[in-house]
Amino acid sequence: MKNCEYQQIDPRALSVSPSSVQNHTEKKVQRLRRKWEVFPGKNRFFCDGRIILARQSGILPVTLGLIVVTCGLFFAFDCPFLVTHLTVFIPVIGGVLSLFVVTSLLRTSFTDPGILPRATPDEAADIEKQIDNSGSSTYRPPPRTKEILINQQVVKLKYCFTCKMFRPPRTSHCSLCDNCVERFDHHCPWVGNCVGKRNYRFFYSFIISLSFLTSFIFGCVVTHITLRSQDGKSLIQAIQESPASVVELVICFFSIWSILGLSGFHTYLVASNLTTNEDIKGSWSSKRCTEESGNPYSYNNIMTNCCVTLCGPMPPSLIDRRGFLPLVAASPATETELPPFPVKNDTNMCTKSTKDVLERLVRSLDSRGRCPPGAPKTTPVAVEISAAATPPAERSPPTGCSRQHAGRHTAAAPCPPFARGRERRDSFQSSNPAFRLASPSPSLSRTFILGEAPDVGFIPPP
Amino acid sequence: MATEFHNLQELRHSASLVTKVFVQRDYSEGTVCRFHNKFPSDLHNRIERTLLEETVKTLNSYYLEAEKIGGQSYLEGCLACATAYIVFLCMETRYEKVLKKISSYIQEQNEKIYAPRGLLLTDPVERGMRVLEISVFEDRGSGSSSPSSSTTSAGSSAR
Repeated sequence: MKNCEYQQIDPRALSVSPSSVQNHTEKKVQRLRRKWEVFPGKNRFFCDGRIILARQSGILPVTLGLIVVTCGLFFAFDCPFLVTHLTVFIPVIGGVLSLFVVTSLLRTSFTDPGILPRATPDEAADIEKQIDNSGSSTYRPPPRTKEILINQQVVKLKYCFTCKMFRPPRTSHCSLCDNCVERFDHHCPWVGNCVGKRNYRFFYSFIISLSFLTSFIFGCVVTHITLRSQDGKSLIQAIQESPASVVELVICFFSIWSILGLSGFHTYLVASNLTTNEDIKGSWSSKRCTEESGNPYSYNNIMTNCCVTLCGPMPPSLIDRRGFLPLVAASPATETELPPFPVKNDTNMCTKSTKDVLERLVRSLDSRGRCPPGAPKTTPVAVEISAAATPPAERSPPTGCSRQHAGRHTAAAPCPPFARGRERRDSFQSSNPAFRLASPSPSLSRTFILGEAPDVGFIPPP
Repeated sequence: MATEFHNLQELRHSASLVTKVFVQRDYSEGTVCRFHNKFPSDLHNRIERTLLEETVKTLNSYYLEAEKIGGQSYLEGCLACATAYIVFLCMETRYEKVLKKISSYIQEQNEKIYAPRGLLLTDPVERGMRVLEISVFEDRGSGSSSPSSSTTSAGSSAR
């Protein structure tokens, strides 16, 4: 699985010399990378980005195992008896329910819950500008909030330091996955993923169908043992003849309480158009709110709330997992070559940020000899715009000298998630200039992350 | 005054980015996707107010159509539920169809209205539906002093 996740960093890239930099950049050009390979959140991707899972999916195999084992035992040991004594529909119903449960579970686990991509450097700078204009800019700013009116009710939007944006309403940042998720419900370890806007209906159908399945199996097993003990045998004898039934009974008995309870709770949430997160925090409870206010998202009609939550339109995934990153150019003369490798390791991040500073200095010394100073400002933008405006077409960088700089802003535009990923640990150490120096696109100095990183050319070597 | 670009290609190859203007989401009606229809001050002398407002209004109506809760969306939802959501793997949802329409609408608007004025709209889907990004260009051939001054002023204000 590790092989699919992301590439190992080329050890030659860790040494800073023009020749190593050149080898390293030339190697990169040969392969088009997909966006999932540089995704900054703590997610794992399989099948070339088609399947997304949280990093810690430890209990998902347990959940699947329990379901498969229980159903297997049921079909193997109870169904033959019940088919002869009762009806053939028992395994049919059991089969349909099991299929539904497993499909819903896999859909919940493998679907993007509604992850919001992190803000681009330009957006982050724009937001910073607005905040600075409205209030004083302290070195370590206090938690930032913005109040808006939703359906004539005041709602506070919080600023996410990791994703560098004001979270939309009902969005929350999952610390386990390190992503902001829209309509965040909760992070479910049994399912191995967050439950949010895009997979809540799968999660709900999973727990409802699982409730039916466990109740059905429990009922069938009890019927089986009862029927066996009615044929002139004692209960103990019946159990000895079918020991698997006891295993199923135990599993079902203990899971029924929790599953039925959870189903009931989520049915209440669906009917009132609430999320688990909001319910636990008591955001719209009557104790905290005045009489006029309440849940501003509710339609005040149980049927409408249910239909909207479960049968509403299915929004698309906003993280373009399988999209290609624009080609990084093959020139050692690029000034700010941010290699688009996801660096998930702390020491690697420190190494890489210092290394990038040094690399950039080396390249800037090279590039001054080769290209007119005016060129860098125009051509990288051209490539970024072509990437932004017509993503399927026009991936070829502009000709001439600009080719050497083509990678720069493209490194900036698609790699902001990566830059964010690198900076997320430093979001509370934003004062550290060494980390800000690792930011992309110094040529577009107006669009800096946090609006404070100076031009590369003026940075003294560390 | 803004330079004239004859088409999008020219814009891409000969323009330098001055700044980006962001039109934020309007949450006054809930979590439905809508953008504020306020005219950003940075675009005062670049484009007529009515054109941008018309674009934003049309985009808002498209998003409303995509997220409309009615007969068709319920049918789609119930069918999906009945087939254990496998149908989503085969079928394109209504939302996705509308997003494609929006994409081509933005492309058309860029070609006809915005590129000739040195502006470029970015599809909100590429920005996580958070903002409508409008890139403002200045031709590097003419007015070389103004871009750099606006650069430095924007850069210093960003600090």
